[in-house]
Amino acid sequence: MTDDDGVTSAPVPDDAIRVEHVAKSFGSVRALAEVNLHVAKGEVLGLIGDNGAGKSTLMKILTGYHRPDSGQVVVHGEPVRMRSVSHARELGIEAVYQDLAVVDTLPVYINMHLNKELRYSPLPFLRRREMRERARRQLDDMGVNVPDVRSEIRLLSGGQRQAIAVARSVYADASILLLDEPLAAMGAKESTIILDLVRRLRERGDIAILMIAHNYHQIVDVCDRVNLLQHGRITFDKRAAETSVDELMEIVSREYRLGRAG
Amino acid sequence: MTETDTERDQRADTPSGRRGSGWATLLRIGGAWARMKEASILAVTLVLFLWFFLRYPISFNSADNYHVVAQFVAPVAILAAGEVMLLICSEIDLSAGNAFAVAPLIMMLLHQDGIPMGLAVVIALACMAVVGITNGVVTVKFRVPSFVTTLGMLFFLTGVAATISHGNPISAPTEGFLPHLLGGSYWSEILWALAIIAVMHTVLVGTPFGVHAISTGGNLLGAAEAGVRVDAIKITNFAMSSVLAGFAGILDGFRITSFDPLAGGPELMFQAVAACVIGGTALLGGSGTVLGALIGATFLGILRDGLNIEGISAYTFDIILGLAIIAAMLLNVSLIRLRGRRRV
Repeated sequence: MTDDDGVTSAPVPDDAIRVEHVAKSFGSVRALAEVNLHVAKGEVLGLIGDNGAGKSTLMKILTGYHRPDSGQVVVHGEPVRMRSVSHARELGIEAVYQDLAVVDTLPVYINMHLNKELRYSPLPFLRRREMRERARRQLDDMGVNVPDVRSEIRLLSGGQRQAIAVARSVYADASILLLDEPLAAMGAKESTIILDLVRRLRERGDIAILMIAHNYHQIVDVCDRVNLLQHGRITFDKRAAETSVDELMEIVSREYRLGRAG
Repeated sequence: MTETDTERDQRADTPSGRRGSGWATLLRIGGAWARMKEASILAVTLVLFLWFFLRYPISFNSADNYHVVAQFVAPVAILAAGEVMLLICSEIDLSAGNAFAVAPLIMMLLHQDGIPMGLAVVIALACMAVVGITNGVVTVKFRVPSFVTTLGMLFFLTGVAATISHGNPISAPTEGFLPHLLGGSYWSEILWALAIIAVMHTVLVGTPFGVHAISTGGNLLGAAEAGVRVDAIKITNFAMSSVLAGFAGILDGFRITSFDPLAGGPELMFQAVAACVIGGTALLGGSGTVLGALIGATFLGILRDGLNIEGISAYTFDIILGLAIIAAMLLNVSLIRLRGRRRV
């Protein structure tokens, strides 16, 4: 299927991350049958698929939380066996989950530096002023609009929180950014903040983004390429410019009808 | 770098900070002050102090009476310093009051066996660290709620204290440098308490450890995701709580020249928790203030002492204390809402 629909599955040297023949089962439940995908540096790949298609399993493999039963993950051309979440992070893979990454009761600038605080080493004291200035600069650079970096996170909107989580990952030297439904439970105006941010990161061109989303309009809008995950396989791979919301809808509903018939 | 510094910077930096007539300035300062976590309890404590100060200019306003207040405040504040850090992590230590009783008994028994006092203090505190680490490991590794873990430890330590002392108080040595340094001298205990509060306040607002403790309580999963070692943070705080409580017990015993297996206990521990809550630390995790805990302890100390001078009985005092805790909590919640509105 990949062959007729797909543009290319051949490994390209500048692929930031490549998933090759990855399978994963939990007991008798096969979550991933055989997944092949790749995201190049500066590229945004949109991953769509029904609930239960294996998206979250794939995400957990890419963040080092699960290990694949077979197949391999290749990061910057090197096959890696990720041992842990922190190992994945060392490799430059950062994941942003919906509303999970920020601490409500801490100010924006501390959240931006969480676990990477600037201190007067070797003394353990925080360099608050520098962290504030750096956070402000980083958010300005990325076009994230926050009234005051000293505001506690709980006072911000959902879009702003998510944007701060993304910005933190980018400045944590992420070269591969995984966005797990970054737009879930967000209004149109809120979503714009994140979509603009993703667009700006794509323009910068130094980061590979894998974005899981449900809204096909948004996927076609910001992604370079779209992959569809069905029953643990990538069944569709096309450039966003060469597909449309209608085509995506058609493929998904065709699959749904076939599933019902069979 | 303290919380107050931040507040001050904030006043100077916000757009509204740049324009301003006299009224605006006044409102702004008032607003910034009201946003301080400790503001409401500080105001209440000052009013309470003034009330007794003006009412009893002689009996309340004397060095001896302030010493009485300090004697009450010191152990409560030291225990509260440990409890605040745990409350911030969404945990609690119900056994702190019993570490308070056990640590000095261990110290005295070792000393009676010929171990020098200094070493005996260190070993006793090391034992308390083991107690705290046990509380922490059982809580985080086996996912037992700390309410249950430390409840068990409370009874365990009560039994240990009674067993090793055979149920009798042990009199403390009064001669020598260490007994004087550790609580024997007139103001020694409260000075230790203030020093401990200063250190813990700095740890909370000025170091990555403090930030990590807040993130552990505020968003456990998120903090762990960001690589914060949430388990280690919690275990460290349990250990600190037990060690601080044990140290407070040693200070208090040297002051009254006797170590009682029934000293401290749940009552002292709950006074410490009350001091934290009155001082503005909600039991919700993710926020809290060490300075507030000291002010909360001072509030309780002044209230107790003043009502004593008034001739109000201990029974009535507990009624007032109970109401004060609930009132403080309500005030705290509404102040958090107020802060929330003003900032956006």
